[in-house]
Formats: sequence, structure tokens, C-alpha cells
Amino acid sequence: MAVVGRSLLILGLCACLYGIGASVYGARAGGRVWVDSGRRAMYVLAGMTAIAFVILDVAFLSSNFSYNIVATGSSTTTPFFYRAAAIWATQQGSLLLWVLLLSSWSSLALFLTRRRVPEIVPYAQAVLFALCTFFVGLNVLFANPFATSSNAPTEGAGLDPLLRHTTMMIHPPMLYSGYTLLLVPFAFAVGALISGRLGAEWIQVTRRFALAAWLCLGIGILLGARWSYTELGWGGYWAWDPVENAALMPWLVCTAFIHSIMIQEKRGMLKVWNVSLILLSGTLAIVGTFLVRSGILSSIHAFVSDPTLNISFVALITVMVIGSLWLVILRKDSLKSEARLDSLISREAVFLFQNLVLVALTAVIFWITFFPLISEAITGTEVSVGPPAFRPFVVPLAIIIVLLSGIGPIISWRRVTVAKLRRNFSFPAIVALLVLAVLAAFGSIGSHVFALLMFGAGAFVIAAVAQEFYRGVRARQAMTAESPPVALGRLVRRNRRRYGGYIVHAGVAFALIGVAASTSFQDSRTATIGPGQSVMIHGYKVRYVRATAGATAEKLSFGAVLAVTSGNKHVTTLHTSYSLYPSQDPTQGPIGRFFNGSAESRVGLRAGLTQDIWAVINPNITPLQGLIKKGDAVLQKALTNALAQPPAARAKALNQLYQLRDIAIRELTQRFVSHPWAATFLLIVSPLVTWLWLGAIIAALGGLIALWPLPPPRRRRPSVPPSRKELAPEPEVRARELV
Amino acid sequence: MAFVLVLVVVAVAVFVISAPLRARRGSREQEGREAGRIAELEAARDAKYREIRDAELDMRTGKLSAEDYGAIDGTLRSEAVEIMRALDTVSSEQHEK
Repeated sequence: MAVVGRSLLILGLCACLYGIGASVYGARAGGRVWVDSGRRAMYVLAGMTAIAFVILDVAFLSSNFSYNIVATGSSTTTPFFYRAAAIWATQQGSLLLWVLLLSSWSSLALFLTRRRVPEIVPYAQAVLFALCTFFVGLNVLFANPFATSSNAPTEGAGLDPLLRHTTMMIHPPMLYSGYTLLLVPFAFAVGALISGRLGAEWIQVTRRFALAAWLCLGIGILLGARWSYTELGWGGYWAWDPVENAALMPWLVCTAFIHSIMIQEKRGMLKVWNVSLILLSGTLAIVGTFLVRSGILSSIHAFVSDPTLNISFVALITVMVIGSLWLVILRKDSLKSEARLDSLISREAVFLFQNLVLVALTAVIFWITFFPLISEAITGTEVSVGPPAFRPFVVPLAIIIVLLSGIGPIISWRRVTVAKLRRNFSFPAIVALLVLAVLAAFGSIGSHVFALLMFGAGAFVIAAVAQEFYRGVRARQAMTAESPPVALGRLVRRNRRRYGGYIVHAGVAFALIGVAASTSFQDSRTATIGPGQSVMIHGYKVRYVRATAGATAEKLSFGAVLAVTSGNKHVTTLHTSYSLYPSQDPTQGPIGRFFNGSAESRVGLRAGLTQDIWAVINPNITPLQGLIKKGDAVLQKALTNALAQPPAARAKALNQLYQLRDIAIRELTQRFVSHPWAATFLLIVSPLVTWLWLGAIIAALGGLIALWPLPPPRRRRPSVPPSRKELAPEPEVRARELV
Repeated sequence: MAFVLVLVVVAVAVFVISAPLRARRGSREQEGREAGRIAELEAARDAKYREIRDAELDMRTGKLSAEDYGAIDGTLRSEAVEIMRALDTVSSEQHEK
């Protein structure tokens, strides 16, 4: 089937090239049939990629090690669920997933716009095909997922243990979905620029794709943070790693875009800004993909560096940047605003300011992320940057963004009167000031100024959103006399974009309060203790109750049971472990290779609404090394002797020796329990971490509500008030559809 | 076996991609253009309806004064009427054909 898979990719490349030709010819010659034919080529590409993907996934599931990437990325001991997802842990497989997602989203976008914006679609289609050509080309020419080996190994190297985590299996497809969805509005923006149709049509047809991209990228980023918190064993959820930043940057620019397009839709303003934002988002999506694949910046998330891929990506990014700039300059006259800002105290002014802050934040993150490369290019020495380099810039900008996300919902478009301003700001401002006053009264909290400001800004947002819901429900009740729950449900259902957005704002405020609290007030310590011994942290007594150990074909585990008490009260019991996966390197010794492979940590976590207690063990297996070396020497000698025996006796002897090896490994592992030694623990007590995850769930829910399509107005029950008679008689009938 | 499978895929792909080219060109293009124009206008009308509802909600939740709302609502409704008239024109042209 590898031949079929490879052929499908080559045919997919042909479909891409045909799609570009048919789309451009259709646009230039005005031949709609050619554009339709090109669109169908995208469906065909999506179908072919899907079949190729299934072929490859079946190879992973059936542990078919004749496929090179199955041999390097999976093994028979890899659990079935992880085998199904191991495909995107490899460079080649993840590129194939990229093509599958890009062609699928492109097919959906082109299907939905098949009768819309006919001047823009052909060019957008050509751009989408060009991007697909790039990625299919990489799969065909440089990263063939269907490469096979006639001398297949009996066992694969296995999936990286750090990736054996539920969230990591969903995290990459979510990020890739985000990146590829962003390319849909990117392509339509390019189409609008080429065709000169620079009204709000291209925005209206792709707005949902931008929103879906924002949602998927956001979920992907949060899943990555969750994985980092519960799997990596360093105690945090965000390390400002280049690959993390690579996903955050397009997400931030997309956030700005989602807000600023409302100004163009309503006022015909910010046309240059909007096309620039989406062109930047699309380019950053490719930069993000490049960072993951290039390994040019050191990251635990990146694939191994591949110079051929690097050159290809740099070429694509260069074309995207130069092409975008050229198109914007070419159309600068058509991109003039149709209206001007009426007042600096208006929703559009707030959105504009929020946009500037978001772009500034992205610029700061971009600069610091790439600083090691810039520094190396100028001085010849690579400088490493970590979280402290980001915080002085990111924290104040984040506080401003949160505050603006509270102001936006309570201020009107165009202009606002002082009386309305006072009426709308009073409640959120009082709540924020009360929160600040109460928290400032606690000396330890008051000394963390930025955290305090974030709490105040967050409280302002949550109060503003609550006020908006309250007033919306009251307004609806005044019109319909519905009960509050019914009015609330119908209010949200009828105004999904608005109230979904408000929910997102509240969710982000909750999440950032959690971030501010957990980073400013975290208490952590490292302690080396033996069973029965205790250590104090943040008023809790953590006692090492007993050691645990386990040996399976997949891994060896060394763990601990910890009892956490506060005074005489039992708070929780934590279970943490450290697992070792066998190395395939024979030089590590027949026993030693089981103790010197890749490692993963399982965190002991007690998550609560106000506080998380987090623990991870480092068992320090040095005391076993002497016995392991001794065992290696004995077993190696016995294996050499067994291999020298005649074939009939050899198999039996080897089998016996492997059984003895397994017993020895089990016994060695169990020594951690029978002859326990002191292990090192990292213990952390963090407040409000759960707020981050809850806030993210709330924001995702809000995003889903905003994304959900509105029912077509024509299907609604006519119920317009009689005062709306100013419309012309015949169309007035249809104005009833408004309410 | 693999060769046959690939051939089948090629045949299906060619069939699907060439379908619009095999259809009657003139009438399809014309129909496509009209359907596209109607879809455009319907989308513009729906967007305008949403704007009118948004402005009304802003007024009812205390963000817009009655005076500002009156001006904005009037403008938006005039724009909605223009769109609906254009929609009527295109639809009736299509019916006449």
C-alpha cells in the first residue's frame, strides 16, 4: 500500500498544479467552469490526502515497521491509542496531516463560497492551491511518509515518552487546524487585493474561518500548556519556548483581526489594517510551522533540523512577505477608509487601541523569540533568553488588553455621551476598585503591583460582562415578558456573535487572573527525603509515605506516595512517578538499556479552585548503577556464549536468558521499594491555576457560541413593532424579519 | 493490485474535475452569475439586519441615546431597503427568464 500512498501524493501534486492553472485561467478569461473545475480539484486533493493518511495510520496501528516512519515513531509496546496518533509525531506524517487539514478546510471554504464573491474566489482558490502545492511538494520531494525499507526491524524505536499524554494527541491537530484555517482568510484577502474587490465581502465570507482558527489555535495552545503542567515535570504551564510563542503570535494577531473587521463591516474603516493583519496572521502561521520543523531555535517541541525543509520554508515566507507588501502598496488607493473616527471615546477607538497593543505584544514576542538568532548573526554568539526577558514587556501590555476587553463591551459605536459613559462604567469600576482595595489590604498581595492590577482589570471585565448580560436580559424581558432564563437563552441565541464574544472576554479575564496569581504567588521547593521523612511547604507538611515501583514491557516506573497534611488535618495523598522507556542503543548494555532510555514524569497533583498542590519525583537511580553494570557484564557474556551454540540450542538458550534478564530487571526495579533510598522531590503550591483552565473552557465555549451560525432571518416569525413603518411599503414586509 | 487502485483513483479524479467542463457552458455560467449575485445580496441583507438588531440592542442596554439610535437606525434601514430593492430586481429578472 506504500506505493498507493505515494502515488496518491504525486496525483495530489498534479491536482494542485491543475487547480492553480484552472483558477488563474478562469479568473483571467472569465470562465466560471474553469474555476468550478479547479474547486473540484481541491475536493479531489482532500480525498486523496485522506486516503493516503488512512493508509499510513493503518501502518502505524498494525506496527508495520517496513514503513520507515513507523519504525522510528512507534513500537509494538506503544499503546494502541498513541499508535493511532503517532503519525503526527513524525516530520513526514505531520506534514501529511497539514496537507489533509489545509485541503479539507480549503474545500469547505470553496464549497461555501461557490456562489459568492465570484471576482475574489478564483484568486483565493489559486493561493490555497499554491500553499497546498508547497506542502504536498515537501511530502513528495523531501519528506516522503511512504518511504519503506526492505530490511524492516522487528521492533520500532517507539513514540517519544513525553508525547504519551492524552492532550498531546489532540494538541498538534488543533494547532495545525488553527494554522490552516488562518490561511483561508489569508487567501481571500490576497484574492480581494488582486481583484480589487476590497469591500467587506471577503471578510463576511471568511470571518467564521478566522474565528475557527482563533478557537483551534487557542485550544491547541491551552492543551500544550496543560501538557507542560502535568507531563514535563518542571512545574509550569508556559515557558516562553519558541514553539509555544510560534502559536501564540498568530493567535494574538488573529484576535486583533477578529475585532478590527467589525469596524470595517460597520464603518468601512481600517481596510489597510485588516488586510495587513490577516496577511501577517497567515505569514505567522507559516513561520510557526517553520519553527516547529526547522529546529533553528532550540525547543523541546521542535522536530530535528532539516536544511532542505528550512530553505523551502524560508523561500515561502519570503514570497508571502514580499507578495503581501507589494499587493498592499499596489492597492493603497482602493484601501482608503470610507469614514473617519467620530470620537476617541467610542467602541471603534477602543478596538483600534486594543489592536495596536496586541500587535505591539506580538512584535515584542517576535523580537525576543528570534533574538538568539539575531544575536548570533551579529555577534557570532547565541544568547539564550527565557521567561524573565518577556515579563517586563508582556505583563503591562496584557493588563492593558484585559482592561480594554472590559471597556469594549460597554461602550457604543461612533460616539458616547458623558451620561451614558457614567452609567455604563460605574458598576464595573466600583467592583474593580473594591477588589483592589480588599486585595491591597493584604500586605503580601499589595506588594505585587502587576498582579494586583491584573486582578483589578479582570474584576472590571467580569463585572462589565455580567452587567451586559443583566441589561440584555432586562431589555428582552421588557419587550417579551419572558422569564429570566428564557430571556437569557434567547438573548444569547439571537446575538451569538456579541454575547459569545462577551463570554470569551470573561473567560480570558478568569484565565489571566489565574496566570497572574499562580506566577506571582507560587511557592516551590526542592527536597531530598527518604520514606517516612517530611518537608514543609506553604504551611503544608508533605510526608514521603512509601516508594512504589513497576516493570512492564513498555516501561519501568519509580514512584512515591506522599501524604499532605495541614496541622492535624489530612489534605490529600499524591502519587507521583518517574518512568524510563527502554533505549534501542545496544551499547547501553542488555540490562542497562532498560534504565537509560527516555524518561517521563507523572505529576502528583491535587487541583483545587483556590490552590494546586503539585509534586514530582526524581528517583535518582544511581544506587542501582553498580548492580546494573554487574548484570550487564554477566548477561553479555552469557549471550555471547548462547550465540555461539548450534541454531537449535541457541534459540532455547536465548529464550532462557531473556527470561532471566526480565527477572533481573524486575528485581532491580523492586529494590526501590525493598531497599528505598532518598529521592528528590519538586514541590509546588500555586494559587488559582484552576482559574486558567476554567477560564480557557469558558473562553472556548464563548468562541463556539460566536462561531455557531445564526438561523437565516427569513425563517423567523414576523413580529416587528408597528412603529417601524418608515421603510418603503413592499420591503417593509420583509423588515419584519428583523426581530 | 496497487496499479489498478491508482488507475481507479485517477479515473475518479478526472471524472470529478472535468464535470463542469463537460456541462453546457453558456447557460451554466449565466445561472452561476445570477445565483452568485442573489447570494451576495442575501448575505448583505442578513448582515444589515444584524446591524439593525445590534443598534437596537445597544439602545435598549443603555449604550446608545435615543437620538443617536434614531439617526443610526434610519441610515441602516435605508441601506437595507436599497439592498432589498436590488434583490427584488435581480430575482424578478431571473423569474422573467
